Amino acid sequence: MKILAIDSSGLTAATAVIEDDIILAEYSIQTGHTHSQTLLPLMEEIRSRIGLDLDSIDAYAVAAGPGSFTGLRIGIATVKGLGIAKDKPVAAVPTLEALAYNLYGAGGLVCPIMDARRSQVYTGIYEFAAGTGTDDGGAGILRMRPVMKQSAMAFDELSARLNEIGRPVIFTGDGIPVFSEKMKELLTCPYETAPAHMSRQRAASLAALALAYMKGETDPELEGEVTDADSLDPIYLRMSQAEREKMERGG
Amino acid sequence: MNNDDIKILAIETSCDETAAAVVRNGREVLSNVIYTQIALHTEYGGVVPELASRKHVEKIDPVIRQALSDAQVSLDDIDVVAVTYGPGLVGPLLVGVNAAKAISWAAGKPLVGVHHIGGHISANYIEHPDLEPPYMCLVVSGGHTHLVEVTGYGKYNIIARTRDDAAGEAFDKVARAIGLGYPGGPKIDKAAREGDPDAMDFPKGKVRDSEYDFSFSGLKSAVLNHLNSCKMQGIEINTADVAASFQRSVVEVLTERSMEALEKIGAQDKGFALAGGVASNTALRTSLEKACASRGIPFYAPSPVYCTDNAAMIGAAAYYDYLAGVRHGYDLNAVPNLPL
Repeated sequence: MKILAIDSSGLTAATAVIEDDIILAEYSIQTGHTHSQTLLPLMEEIRSRIGLDLDSIDAYAVAAGPGSFTGLRIGIATVKGLGIAKDKPVAAVPTLEALAYNLYGAGGLVCPIMDARRSQVYTGIYEFAAGTGTDDGGAGILRMRPVMKQSAMAFDELSARLNEIGRPVIFTGDGIPVFSEKMKELLTCPYETAPAHMSRQRAASLAALALAYMKGETDPELEGEVTDADSLDPIYLRMSQAEREKMERGG
Repeated sequence: MNNDDIKILAIETSCDETAAAVVRNGREVLSNVIYTQIALHTEYGGVVPELASRKHVEKIDPVIRQALSDAQVSLDDIDVVAVTYGPGLVGPLLVGVNAAKAISWAAGKPLVGVHHIGGHISANYIEHPDLEPPYMCLVVSGGHTHLVEVTGYGKYNIIARTRDDAAGEAFDKVARAIGLGYPGGPKIDKAAREGDPDAMDFPKGKVRDSEYDFSFSGLKSAVLNHLNSCKMQGIEINTADVAASFQRSVVEVLTERSMEALEKIGAQDKGFALAGGVASNTALRTSLEKACASRGIPFYAPSPVYCTDNAAMIGAAAYYDYLAGVRHGYDLNAVPNLPL
């Protein structure tokens, strides 16, 4: 199964094409340019490099959120455009699940964090376990399951949660540099931050997790879905400022 | 249909309408789908960019599919994908731009990015087969007030612009102040019909160092001051009179400057066209039509459906840009302050 994956949820623009367990092409770049300027040129680069025929793609995968509102919309609008031209199933993968999947097979907990501003992080806590949570003979396949589903929360609250669990944790994501001082200050559990090849959005990880979604081989507690381009909806996890202020006024 | 036919799929998401259209040879509209978000923004008293962006994401694919199906074409029949890339609100623009780029890429169709104001001006080509440059055009909308000499297709010479508020913006602000709500243009237009346009003498904004430029902030302040002084003195405000008098000031200044410019600068011009959301205003249309008729100059204005933000006008503009060789790359970005 061939999957074209796009992640523009954070600072890194990422796109990849995988075929089953092989990466045919993958780009991750972090520049000063907006995703609107970088993403599609990278996809075109991949197409021309590997002679990709778009009709041979079985599904699109996209980081559906959370993340930068604008970034998410660039990736999702791109997939919606692809759907108009070549309608294929779309694996809408929660951003934090895709980030955590960078550390497939990790022994402890994996905690992706993205800076959500206002002292908050977009985060979740994940672990890898053999065949957990399925009853269809999936035993032996290493699956990722959520210990805490993705949400927006204060880093202090996340720290308290991790300290309470007390297991070793590996952080990944572009929230790391923002909260590294806080980690030192607040965490009592053993922790490590992921090295470069695992520390930002990787479209190949997204594609690999999307493949599991397509095959129905994900843990039932994961929150992604297989949908189509028209129904694809960003997972913002947050109201707009205008809606928030209206609610606070009691409107 | 011959082989020279160029069919354009056009997309417009620069503000609060999600729109797509199919246009043949720049002048024939095969479909024109507009999803308006007015209801969503009304409760906030104006367009909320983040909410508009979210709504565009939700509506973009259904609107595009509707445009293709209304035109009874498939994407294979389309020759060019066109999209508004500025000016406008960056979040909303990015939705249309990225969807259009992906369609262009995946379907292998050339991409033409279109200037939103160029689109408004080109709306006039849709219903006026005789209209050709050169002509003078007054573009008035919620975000823009431009007097433009159209010297060729896609070639614009800006004669005047607003120094502060756009005309449509002044309509919105005054409408809010007199309790008519959003959107202000149509509401003031309607209220003004019941009012006396000579009830109050509001100023017609003049800019010191320019013959033609517009200014509407002084007029807006004069209306607000009038409302305040009525309130202080306990005088009941006659909403219809305020609306009619405010509208008269706007219409007179737009008409006078336009005609002066037409006579002094646009002597070679073959006509005068009106464009933009405020072009729907009946008083403005009537005033300019009369002024043109008295000078023996043909007057053009689009039907209201092509005055509001729509994608058919983008398809019209894109056709002439396409013929002129304009092509955009996959790195096309939204440009909120794109100059004309």
